[in-house]
Amino acid sequence: MPETFEPKIVAFFCNWCTYLAADLAGTSRIKYAPNTRVVRVMCSGRVDPQFILDAFAKGADGVLIGGCHPGDCHYQEGNYKMLRRFALLKRLVKQMGIEDERLRLEWISAAEGERVKTVINDMVAKVRALGPRAAASQKEVA
Amino acid sequence: MKPKVAFYWCASCGGCEEAVVDLDEKILDVANAVDIVFWPVALDFKEHDVEAMPDGSILASFINGAIRNSDQLKMAKLLRAKSQVVVAFGVCAQLGGIPGLANLTDAKGIYAEVFKDGVTPERLHQNNGHSLSLPEFFDTVVELGRVIDVDYYVPGCPPTPKIIGAALGVLLGSELPPKGTVLAPDEALCEECPRKDTRPEKMLLKEFKRVHQVVADQQTCLLAQGLACLGPGTRAGCEALCPRGNMPCTGCFGPTSRVRDYGAKALSALASVIDSDDEAEIARILDALPDPAGLFYRYSLPSSFLGRRRME
Repeated sequence: MPETFEPKIVAFFCNWCTYLAADLAGTSRIKYAPNTRVVRVMCSGRVDPQFILDAFAKGADGVLIGGCHPGDCHYQEGNYKMLRRFALLKRLVKQMGIEDERLRLEWISAAEGERVKTVINDMVAKVRALGPRAAASQKEVA
Repeated sequence: MKPKVAFYWCASCGGCEEAVVDLDEKILDVANAVDIVFWPVALDFKEHDVEAMPDGSILASFINGAIRNSDQLKMAKLLRAKSQVVVAFGVCAQLGGIPGLANLTDAKGIYAEVFKDGVTPERLHQNNGHSLSLPEFFDTVVELGRVIDVDYYVPGCPPTPKIIGAALGVLLGSELPPKGTVLAPDEALCEECPRKDTRPEKMLLKEFKRVHQVVADQQTCLLAQGLACLGPGTRAGCEALCPRGNMPCTGCFGPTSRVRDYGAKALSALASVIDSDDEAEIARILDALPDPAGLFYRYSLPSSFLGRRRME
């Protein structure tokens, strides 16, 4: 692994909670690892498992999903839908040889700018320790 | 002169060949309409006969099976050059199929499992000035469309006589559909399932059951009974053969045209019926699905976004 390895983390943040928290982190001048590429979605329930697998296939070293705390979803239960899919998807990606730390779901409310920092820093550190998710997953043929 | 067609098999079980024979007397109509110039399972034409044909002289080649070794790769390329149209026939050619599950391991892993304490095959064997060679066995199985240009797809494991008949009708008709078309209805299997009307408006399950654990009711929606039926995420066209036989759909017709990764979408559909907001309870419910990759990617692992398990 080259010493300069910087993990690429694709983050799907919901419009109502986690994205606002990231915004708050910014306006509060909170510093955190610059490794995430944030994609704003209306709800964590909008995150199709296809988005996550596509991100991994296109070279993401980790995927982070951020949604509202249980009971706080702007659309009542979108985050619960994500929770159910995530639980099953976790089991599937494990079979595909993707380590646990590379796929993460967090509930972060609009007031928790500090928590955006903690979660991202923690995830970046763990994924950096794992190393690149290598082209090893690419579909090579002769 | 009648148009020429060829049939070939790559990594497959022979079921697709069987499906062609299952056309019964209709196969005589096919034989009347076309000249079959190559069909290793039934007719005695050889590879060199195909090599001798001018490029593009075959109207259509129907290739079934995935690509898992160098010989299949070579034959797929040869038939592509000789054919105006290539049809990926059956789900193995379309999406990778059952042989594609080999992508959960690699060549070394398969050799270790199959030949455990025995003799491992040599690629090249020489004896008394004679030599025998075996094709290269790839680490990764791929669907046909990844190694050659494919014009049309006929889904199914295997394609049903009705689907094959309809596909032949389309191909012999005056107007060809757009390239890349899957020659089957573009809607979910539930639409043609006889149990459709018993499907609850809001599907909620506290428990999944496996087929060996229950005797399923003959009339009601299998998913509503807790069986992991993949009908909601699978393309129609088979007329719900498995649900009619009291077995849940396993997804052999692949996805509809809007879906890019069949397994991810089927997983999403199944997870959404879980009736719980509690992490521990969700985990307990999911324990009844011990092999998600095998369940959701049974026929489509090579064509999925990830394509294979990460190689060490």
